[in-house]
Amino acid sequence: MTDKPDDHMIVFEDVSKFYGEILGVNRVTLAIEPGITSLVGPNGSGKTTLMNLMTGLIRPTRGRVSVLGLRPDHPEVFFSKVGYCSQFDSFPSALTGFQFISSFLRVHGRPKKEAQELAWKALHRVDLLEAAHRKIAAYSKGMRQRVRFAQAIAHEPAVMILDEPLNGLDPMARAETIRLFRQLADEGLHLIISSHILHEVNDMSDTVILLNNGYVVAEGAIQGVRDEMEEHPMQILIRCDRPGLLAARVFEQDSVVEAKIHKDKHGLFVKTRDADAFYLLLNTIVVEDGLNVESIAPADDDLNAVYQYLIGGGDAG
Amino acid sequence: MSASTEVIADTNPSPGGAWSLWGRQIAAILRLEVRKNFLGKRAILIYLLAATPILLMAALSAEIHWQQSRHDNIGEINIVFANLYEGLILRTIIFFGCAWIFMNLFRGEIVDRSLHYYFLSPVRREVLVVGKYVSGLIASVVLFTISTAGSLVFLYVGLGSSGGNYFFDGAGKRQALGYLGITVLACIGYGAAFMVIGLFFRNPIIPALLIYGWEWINFLLPPVLKKISIIHYLHSLAPVPVPEGPFAMVAEPTPAYLSIPGLLVMTAVVLALASFQIRRMEIKYGGE
Repeated sequence: MTDKPDDHMIVFEDVSKFYGEILGVNRVTLAIEPGITSLVGPNGSGKTTLMNLMTGLIRPTRGRVSVLGLRPDHPEVFFSKVGYCSQFDSFPSALTGFQFISSFLRVHGRPKKEAQELAWKALHRVDLLEAAHRKIAAYSKGMRQRVRFAQAIAHEPAVMILDEPLNGLDPMARAETIRLFRQLADEGLHLIISSHILHEVNDMSDTVILLNNGYVVAEGAIQGVRDEMEEHPMQILIRCDRPGLLAARVFEQDSVVEAKIHKDKHGLFVKTRDADAFYLLLNTIVVEDGLNVESIAPADDDLNAVYQYLIGGGDAG
Repeated sequence: MSASTEVIADTNPSPGGAWSLWGRQIAAILRLEVRKNFLGKRAILIYLLAATPILLMAALSAEIHWQQSRHDNIGEINIVFANLYEGLILRTIIFFGCAWIFMNLFRGEIVDRSLHYYFLSPVRREVLVVGKYVSGLIASVVLFTISTAGSLVFLYVGLGSSGGNYFFDGAGKRQALGYLGITVLACIGYGAAFMVIGLFFRNPIIPALLIYGWEWINFLLPPVLKKISIIHYLHSLAPVPVPEGPFAMVAEPTPAYLSIPGLLVMTAVVLALASFQIRRMEIKYGGE
C-alpha cells in the first residue's frame, strides 16, 4: 500500500451528522496528527458524536471520516488499529474484569494464551491486578472506568479514543492515568480525549479542538489557538497593594482596552492588545508610584479563558 | 452526498486465513453468548417455559397411571400428546421461548448498552450475526429438546410397561425422534425470524404477536398463504397427524424432502437479511 499523508492522521472531510432534525456536528473538517488531542466543549457540543463518527458507531450524514487511512466500514482491519473507551458505563453481565478483557480479545481472534497475557498487561497498566478476578458489577465507578480503559488498550492499538476518561477517578488515579496517556503519546500513539474539565486538558494535551453547538470553533495548540485570536486582547492579572491606582494609570496606553479590579480588591485584570508595552508601563508605574506588586500572570493564557471567550461564555476572570 | 466507503483489500487476510479467523471469532462469541443465554438474568423465563410441558406431562402421567384402565389405548394417548405438542409445546412454548432468546440477542444488548463492545471489535458484523445466532440456537435447542424429551419420558412412563414396549419395540422411538427433529427445526426457523425482528424493530413484541396470530390462523388460510409460515412446514412433519378442525382449509402437506430444505433456505435468507441490517446499524442507545 502506498503511504499517503492520510495514513498517519485522523481525517474528517466536511463531516456533518444530524439526528433527524437535531444537529450533532456540522461541516467538520479536521486533520489530527499523532499525540494527545483533546476535544473540549460543553455538554451537547458534539464531542461524543465526533468520537462515535471516528469509530463508526454512527455514520456521517455527509462527508467522510478516516483513521490512519482506514474506514470503520471494515471493522476487521479498522479495530485492530483503533481502541475506543466510550462513556457507556455498562458491561456484559456476570464477567470479572479479567474475563471481560480476555473474552473480547478472543473475539478479536487472539489465541487463548496471547489473550490472557494481553489482558494481564492491560490490567497492570491501569493498576487493576488485584481486582482482576472480581465481578465488574462489584467495581466502584473509578474501577469500571479503568477496566473499560484497559479493555480499549488491551489489543495495543495505534489510535486510542477516550470519551471523558478521567470521570470517576480519584486524584491519584487521574494523575497516573494522565501519565499513562503521555507515555502512550510518546510511544507515537494518537490519543483523542474528550473532556469538559479544562485544567486536565491543559495538563496533558498537545492539541485542542474546541467545540460548541456541533461546530469546531477553534483548533490547534493551546498557545496557538490563543495567538490566532489577535483581535482578542490578552488579559493579565496583577496582584498588588493598590489596584485602584494601577487602574487609573494603565489607560495612559491606547492598547489597554479594559481594567477591572479583582473581587478581593488585591488585584487588577488588565486587557491589552500589546502585552510587551504594558509590561514596560507597569515597570514605570512601580518605580514612580512605589506600587507593591506581588505577582503578574496571564489570566487567560489557558484553555479555560480561550474556551470561555470562544463560546461567548464571558470573561475569564 | 452520503458517507463514502472504500475497500481496503490489501490489508484483508487471505481467504483461508479469514475462515480460520472467523472460526475463532465465532467460537469466542459463542463462549460469551452461551454463558449469557444460560446464566443471564433473562434465562429464568426460558427455564420456566421449558419446564412447563414437563410438569404438565408429569401431572398427566400421574393421571394416566392412576386411571390405567381408561387410558390404555396408546393410539388415543398419542393423539392427545400430538395435540399437546403442537398446541402447547410447538406453537406456544418453543415459539415464545425462541422469541425471548433470539430477540434479546441484539435487542437485549441494546437495552443493556453493551452491544458496542462487539461493534468496536475487529470482527465482521456478519460473523457477529452467525455467532449470536448459533449461540441462541444452542440455548433453544438444548432447553426445548430437553423439554420435549422430558414430556415424552413422562408420557411413556405413565403408560407403564405398555409404554415401554411401544417406545422400544413399536413406533414410539420413531415418533420421539420426529418430535425432537421438529423441535430443532422450529428453533432454527423461529430463531432466525425473531433475531431479524429484534434487529429491525425497537419494540419487537408487537411483530412477534402478529406472527403468533398468523401461525395460529394458518389452518384457516388458503394453501398459497399457508406456505408463508413456519408452522405449515413443521405441521407437515408431525409424526402423528393432528386434525385441524372442521373449518380448516385443506392443503396438501409439504413432504419432508421439501419442507426441511425449505425451512433451512428460509433461515439462510433471513440471516442474510439480518447481516444486511446489522451492517447499517448505528449505536444510539439514547434513542432506543
